[in-house]
Amino acid sequence: MKIIVCVKQVPDTSGKVAVNPDGTLNRASMQTIINPDDLNAVEAALKMKDETGCKVTVVTMGPPPAAGMLRELMAMGADDGVLVSGREFGGSDTYATSQILAAAVKRIGVEKDDIVMCGRQAIDGDTAQVGPQIAEKLGLPQVTYVAEMHKTGDTITCKRMLEDGYMTIKVKTPCLLTCIKELNTPRYMSVSGIFEAASKPMDTFDYNTLKDDPLIDPTTIGLKGSPTNILTSFTPPQKGAGMMLEGDDKATCDKLAGILADKHII
Amino acid sequence: MSFNNTDIAAFKDVWVFCEQRQGKLMPTDFELISEGRKLADELGVKLCGLLLGDKVDGIAKELGGYGADKVIVCDSPLLKNYTTDAYAKVICDTIEDMKPEVMLFGATNIGRDLGPRCAARLHTGLCADCTHLDVDMPIYKNFLKASSTLPEEKIDGMKTAKVLGEDHDVSRDLKMTRPAFGGHLMATIICPRFRPAMATVRPGVMKKNAFDQKKADACEIVKPSVSLSASDIDTEVVEVVKAAKKLVDLIGADYIVSVGRGISKNVQGGIKLAEDLAAELGGVVGGSRAVIDSGWLSADHQVGQTGKTVHPKVYVALGISGAIQHKAGMQDSECIIAVNKNDTAPIFEIADYGICGDLFTVTPLLTDAVRAAKAAK
Repeated sequence: MKIIVCVKQVPDTSGKVAVNPDGTLNRASMQTIINPDDLNAVEAALKMKDETGCKVTVVTMGPPPAAGMLRELMAMGADDGVLVSGREFGGSDTYATSQILAAAVKRIGVEKDDIVMCGRQAIDGDTAQVGPQIAEKLGLPQVTYVAEMHKTGDTITCKRMLEDGYMTIKVKTPCLLTCIKELNTPRYMSVSGIFEAASKPMDTFDYNTLKDDPLIDPTTIGLKGSPTNILTSFTPPQKGAGMMLEGDDKATCDKLAGILADKHII
Repeated sequence: MSFNNTDIAAFKDVWVFCEQRQGKLMPTDFELISEGRKLADELGVKLCGLLLGDKVDGIAKELGGYGADKVIVCDSPLLKNYTTDAYAKVICDTIEDMKPEVMLFGATNIGRDLGPRCAARLHTGLCADCTHLDVDMPIYKNFLKASSTLPEEKIDGMKTAKVLGEDHDVSRDLKMTRPAFGGHLMATIICPRFRPAMATVRPGVMKKNAFDQKKADACEIVKPSVSLSASDIDTEVVEVVKAAKKLVDLIGADYIVSVGRGISKNVQGGIKLAEDLAAELGGVVGGSRAVIDSGWLSADHQVGQTGKTVHPKVYVALGISGAIQHKAGMQDSECIIAVNKNDTAPIFEIADYGICGDLFTVTPLLTDAVRAAKAAK
């Protein structure tokens, strides 16, 4: 049994974000982090490894420096890593990204008792689309928004969150699950893990590695294979600052309530 | 590779996937039907609701009251509860058969499971979690003028997009606008080469039309045959559980009092003060991501890019610094009141009224002041 976890390196949007004059993001000025939901997927896989001794493979698509992130995940306990990287893959939207990642996962190999795991969504795009689209390309059943999971034999019972409650869903392996932060608390790298990580196997898949897969075609990957195009990108105007009231005492609060009442806001 | 959905002219009409849970339509359905009506009018085509479920004919006509010309009802005992496999199969079959040019889903936990699966199968583009939709160019340009910092000349000159190196006329394309990078940037996405153009749409953002009984009565219902068997479904729904606790209705609230990291020195006390003020205003309590991540309030209270988008009459931010993710979810509130100890907190940049002070001191005074002001009316 093995678990393949798809992860993404993302700009840390919680910090200062710089925007270029042309309206694009100044990525060079930003810290990169491991996408938070993906860490929950890795933790779920490592928990299962602790219990069953299964293998955990982490895979990412990105520029060569993303290999550093895979080493960090190996220091947490992942057994090996695959970096999917190539100029031909650049400019991919979610459809094209899922074609490439599905081909990579296929090459790693999905056996009868394997699981593919993803985070719910990445904080740079917030689309939550790549997980389900990989599942479709691999012909696997999917369960998204997984907050709890238990495996018995070849069946995984998932608590799948809804806005107004949850569903309990049973799915057989092989399958794809997308994880939310309620699922677990990701572990830290261990000191021995950091030592071991450097010698764990890491593979790189480029265009040539994957090109014989029917999913990989110039019409389905990269910018040219993306069904969507960006028409415009822009920054929203800042709403002008309003009135800063003097003081922080009763008189200030009375004044504010008076303004709200006069304007019929309350 | 060749695809069978590139003949753009063969696709017509705007469709809205109308989600039901336990046989009840979701509020998002009415928002999407209302928005879909606008898009269908801009395109000069019909608006159809697509409703899947088990014995759901009875709820279909209501969608007409918000603007649907027609509702396609796919009925099967196997569609009673949502499963990705069954719903994706029936929706993709119906789309391939009847060929809509636009397909909208609510960006609910179900819509965001289903939309990508369908888009991947149909080989078309899907834009996630949209907050604004247009077709008509002049209307889109007016939107950009009001909602972007782009220069007017640049907006006025827009006509085409570079698609595979060629100029593509975008006048009939669905223009799907959404926040990216946690709200730092907005992007308008098109799906120029394939149909249908698909979008999931953020709940609570699109305005609902007034219900019209005459239109509901006139709404046409069609029931295509559904080809679905148990062997098509690889997951088993064991149970569907409604949250025992009543969830907070942020989207429908006129008054929201939200708390942020500023309550950390006395979490329960801070939440109590927010609840008191919310009760006085007749509203509900929300929270920033920090508050939800720390487990101080449950996830249904979260306002922001990864939470809910709200536009109440009054939004009170207590001890919230105003990270861009948070602003993305509340900056369109009619009146924003911010209380923060730090006079350089970014929340003050968008607040209509700001008080620099400790929320533990200011909030009870404000609650009393609101009570007094209301009593004096």
